[in-house]
Amino acid sequence: MKELTIAMPKGRIFEEAVVMLKRAGYKLPPEFEDSRKLIIEVPEEKLRFILAKPMDVPTYVEHGVADLGIAGKDVMLEEERNVYELLDLQISHCYLAVAGLPNTVMNEVAPRIATKYPAVASSYFREQGEQVEIIKLNGSIEIAPIIGLTDRIVDIVSTGQTLRDNGLVEYERIVDITSRLIVNPVSYRIKHRRIQEMVDRLDEIISAGSIS
Amino acid sequence: MSELFMFEKPMGMRDTFPHLYRMKKEIRSLVEQEMTGWGYEFLETPTLEYNETVGEASAILEQQVFKLLDQQGRSLVLRPDMTAPIARVAASKLLKDRNPLRLAYSANVFRAQQREGGRPAEFEQMGVELIGDGTVSADAETIALLISSLLKAGLKDFTISIGHMEFVQELFLQIVGTEERAEQLRRYLYDKNYVGFRKHVESLPLSSIDKQRLLGLLSIRGNGESILDARSLIEGARGEKPLTELQELMGILNDYGYEEYINMDVSLVSHMSYYTGVVFEVYADRVGYSIGNGGRYNHLLHKFGAEVAATGFAFRLDYLIEALSPEAAKTETELILFSSERRSEAISLANELRTEGKSVISQDVTGISDVDRYTAQFHEVHWIVGRAGKSGGRE
Repeated sequence: MKELTIAMPKGRIFEEAVVMLKRAGYKLPPEFEDSRKLIIEVPEEKLRFILAKPMDVPTYVEHGVADLGIAGKDVMLEEERNVYELLDLQISHCYLAVAGLPNTVMNEVAPRIATKYPAVASSYFREQGEQVEIIKLNGSIEIAPIIGLTDRIVDIVSTGQTLRDNGLVEYERIVDITSRLIVNPVSYRIKHRRIQEMVDRLDEIISAGSIS
Repeated sequence: MSELFMFEKPMGMRDTFPHLYRMKKEIRSLVEQEMTGWGYEFLETPTLEYNETVGEASAILEQQVFKLLDQQGRSLVLRPDMTAPIARVAASKLLKDRNPLRLAYSANVFRAQQREGGRPAEFEQMGVELIGDGTVSADAETIALLISSLLKAGLKDFTISIGHMEFVQELFLQIVGTEERAEQLRRYLYDKNYVGFRKHVESLPLSSIDKQRLLGLLSIRGNGESILDARSLIEGARGEKPLTELQELMGILNDYGYEEYINMDVSLVSHMSYYTGVVFEVYADRVGYSIGNGGRYNHLLHKFGAEVAATGFAFRLDYLIEALSPEAAKTETELILFSSERRSEAISLANELRTEGKSVISQDVTGISDVDRYTAQFHEVHWIVGRAGKSGGRE
C-alpha cells in the first residue's frame, strides 16, 4: 500500500476536516489537533499530513509534494492550480461577497476594491462590465472602506457579524464557498486505488448527512 | 525595476551543468537509438517561426508563448512545441517523397512562466510524429514506441492513460443536444473540476437516467473491461466507433506485450485543442506532473495545406530524468600533471590513454594555484614532473 500525503489547511477548516476523516474511519491520534508540528505521520494508516496556510494547499498539491489536499473553493478560484477537484466536502460553508459602507456608490472614474482575492475580484467586476483597481491586503480587509482606502471590499462572509460590527453592508453575493478535496493529477493515476477508497469513504459521510 | 545582478537569468531559464548534461545525453542517445530502430528519422526545425503560421497552429496557450518582432515588424514566436513546425515541414515538403511519414525529434521548446518559478520555461522534448496514416495500428505504434522508449531509458514505474476525444464529444452531444452545452461540460473536464461537473449535471433539465450516464463517465477507468462499461453509457454507431477503436488499440498493445502500462480512461480530454481522436498522457511515480502526452490530430495538417491524418507523442527529458533519478553517471577522468620540460612526454601519454577510450586532462602543473585541492578531485593522477624517467603515480 502506497503512503498518501495530505496537505491540510491550518485553522477552522482543519478541525472540521479532522472530524470528517475520523468519521470516515481513519484512525488519527488524539494529540493530532493541538500538535504544533508541521508534518504529522500516521504510520498505522500510512498517511502523512502537511499543515499549511490555506492559500498554499493547492500549490503543494499541484507540484505533487502532497497527493491530496483540502482547500476552500475561494482559494481554488484565486489560485487556478492544475489539480483535480474531486469532492465537495460540504464543510466550512461561507461565501464571497462585495461589501462597503451603507448608501455609497462606487467612484465612477476609478473604483477601488480592497481584497485578499485579487484574481477573483478583478474577474468578477470584469464580468459585470466594470474596470476596477484592486488593492491587495492580507487581512482586516473591513478597514479599507472605513478609513477611505477603497470604495468596496471583496471578502469571505460566513455569518456577516464582522461586517455588521464594522458598520459595513453586503452589496452583492459573488459565489458560495465550501471546502473541496483536491488531488494531484499524477497521484490520481498512480495511487488511484487508495485515493478512490478515501473519496468513497468521505462521500459516504457527506451523503449520510450534514457535518457542519 | 531594480538593476540586474550579473548572475541573473530570465525567469524559467536554466543552466545545464555537466553532470546533468551527461545524463541528458545518455538518455537522449538511448531513446534516439530506439526511435531510429523503429524507422523514425530525426530532423531539426528553426527555433523561431512566424506567429501567424506555426504560432497560431500550436495548441499552447497564447500567454505562454514568447513573442518577438523581426525587422519587418512581423510577429515571431520561439517554438512552443514541435508538432506544429513538423506539420509545416511535412505538409510543404517531406510528404511528397514519402507517405506515411515517420519523423522524430529531440529539441528545446519554450513556454513562458508567469506565476512563479519551479518550472523551466525552456526544456527539451523528444517525440515522434507519424503522418499520413489514420489507422488504429498507427495509434498503437506510437504508444508502443513511447513505452519502449521509456523502458529503454530505464523507467519502470509509469502508467499511460488513454482516452478518446470523440467519445466524450459524442456522449455530451447525445445527452445535452447542442455543441454549446457540450462545450460547457467539456470545460469542467479540462479544468479537472469534478465537483463543478457534478453540480452542473444536477442543474441540467435531464432525466435521471441521462444524469447517471453523464456522472458515470467520471468513474469509468481501468483496463480493457472499462471499455465495456463505457459502452453502456453511449448509443448509436457514432458512439460505438471511438470505443471500437479503443478496444482494437488495447488488443494491439496486448500484442506488443505492453498491457501492464496501459490504463483506459474514457473521461481523459486534452488541453491541446488540435487532438481529434485517441489521446494519452504519461504519468510516472515521483514526478508531480505528466511527463509526456500525445494523440491523434487529424486536422492540424490541413492548416498547412495537406489533407492527411497524423498521430504522435512528446515527452519531456527533464521530467523523465526526475522520474529516473539516476546516480550521476560518472565518467572517470584521469589527470596528467606535467612540468613544461616534460610536456612532450605528457602529450604522448595523453594520446595513448585517449586512444584506449579514456578521458584525460593534461594540465601544466604551474597553471594550478592549489595543487592538492585540484588533484583531490581525480582518482587517477599521473605525475610527469621533475627529471625525466622518474614519473610515478601519487600514493
